Amino acid sequence: MTVTNRVRRFPHRTVSWLTPVAVLVIWELAARLGLLSQQVLPAPTIVLAKAGELIADGQLPENLLASLQRAATGFLIGAATGLGLGLLVGLSRIAESFLDRGIQMVRAVPFLAILPLVIVWFGIGEAGKIFLIALGTAVPLYLNTVLGIRQIDAKLLEMTEVVGLNRAGQVRWVVLPGALPSILGGLRLSLTAAWLALVIAETIGADAGLGFMATNAREFLQADVIVLVVIIYAAIGIVCDLITRLLERRLLRWHPTYAKLHA
Amino acid sequence: MSTVEVRGLVRRFGERTVLNGLDLNIAEGEFVALIGQSGCGKTTLLRLLAGLDRPDDGRLAAPDAKMVVFQEHRLLPWRRVWRNVAVGLGGDSRAAALRALAEVGLDGHAEAWPATLSGGEAQRVALARALVREPRLLLLDEPFAALDALTRIKMHALVRDLVTRHRPAVLLVTHDVDEAILLADRVVAMRDGQLAAEHRIAFDGPRDRKAPEFPLLRETLLAELGVIDELART
Repeated sequence: MTVTNRVRRFPHRTVSWLTPVAVLVIWELAARLGLLSQQVLPAPTIVLAKAGELIADGQLPENLLASLQRAATGFLIGAATGLGLGLLVGLSRIAESFLDRGIQMVRAVPFLAILPLVIVWFGIGEAGKIFLIALGTAVPLYLNTVLGIRQIDAKLLEMTEVVGLNRAGQVRWVVLPGALPSILGGLRLSLTAAWLALVIAETIGADAGLGFMATNAREFLQADVIVLVVIIYAAIGIVCDLITRLLERRLLRWHPTYAKLHA
Repeated sequence: MSTVEVRGLVRRFGERTVLNGLDLNIAEGEFVALIGQSGCGKTTLLRLLAGLDRPDDGRLAAPDAKMVVFQEHRLLPWRRVWRNVAVGLGGDSRAAALRALAEVGLDGHAEAWPATLSGGEAQRVALARALVREPRLLLLDEPFAALDALTRIKMHALVRDLVTRHRPAVLLVTHDVDEAILLADRVVAMRDGQLAAEHRIAFDGPRDRKAPEFPLLRETLLAELGVIDELART
């Protein structure tokens, strides 16, 4: 017991924040002392001041909203498509024969590789961006939904047959909840892909959004705005991760692994 | 009046004939134990009776109101214990589920997740899930095989008690000769896809391993299963 107590007394949580804080302080000092050029990497306080300025004049909220709207639209279309096709193929052998091989072929293509093609198809308008985000979202969600349904224990299905559940009852009681851990894993990958697609899509001729802010800033060598945009992209990533973790905690309470992780 | 009537039942898997013209009757409320070595076809017979498989030949009559308790508990890990008991029931299923759980001594665990139960507790929930439907035929497929010896003794007592109260006809598939003698009204031994022997269990005194009839019956059954021949040969 003394051993665990001694280990507990070491302030792991506090220490884990020490390194990032130290990096920030060194960065600030280096910028102030002129070791870092303003054009290369502006001091954290300057980035912060710029953020205040851009919020005050409404530029940041406006562009952030444009980006989030774009991401949400693409994500919802992609998620509905991926989940829908995944359920269809998972539940029906016939649908599997028709669709699965084709989708597996599409999945072999890194979705960012078709960027030039997307520009040829949709131009540099909004549709192409949303298409790219939707594609990035749909593929991992589809794969994990199909996988989750495949992995369901046939013995549980047999049991529900004995107690007299029909096909719809089996889907509700066994297939969907059984596939859920895998589907949520797919959701996590989908959010990462959607967010990556957003960053790439916004660098191809946007007239609003975070990427538009960053490209504009590049023209005028405003490194502070570029750093700010990068930090906001990171924050969006963290929020996405938090959302999936909350969903897992809520929906997978029964699962011994997740119960332990969140105890 | 028979609850189960089986005549000339045949089931083949590829080249192998697992059931080869098997006959079996189970009377209403009768407890029959089916013993046999592994791979002799006893689980195949149970699955046919449960309607989970189709015979290749022969006649088979079993009631619609039948339930199975498998070797694994087969609880849905994502549903709380009482919902697992109530799965597929309509109406006020919660009250019925709680009553069934009380009968197996687990009403205190109604809101628990299956993953938090011990092996014996999970198997008792599986029993409650079967009994809440008041089956006319209860099929037990080696339900105690995966439990430790102490838990198994308690489960034997519980099953005897529940069966006395609900009076379903029971077919217990097991490879444990002692278990068969302790629980059943009649023990049938299976060998090469057919019934090789049957014994009505009628002890004068209490039915336990100390009963004078026990050792002889045990020897006889092991001989009929072919176990003693095999031991002698090695």
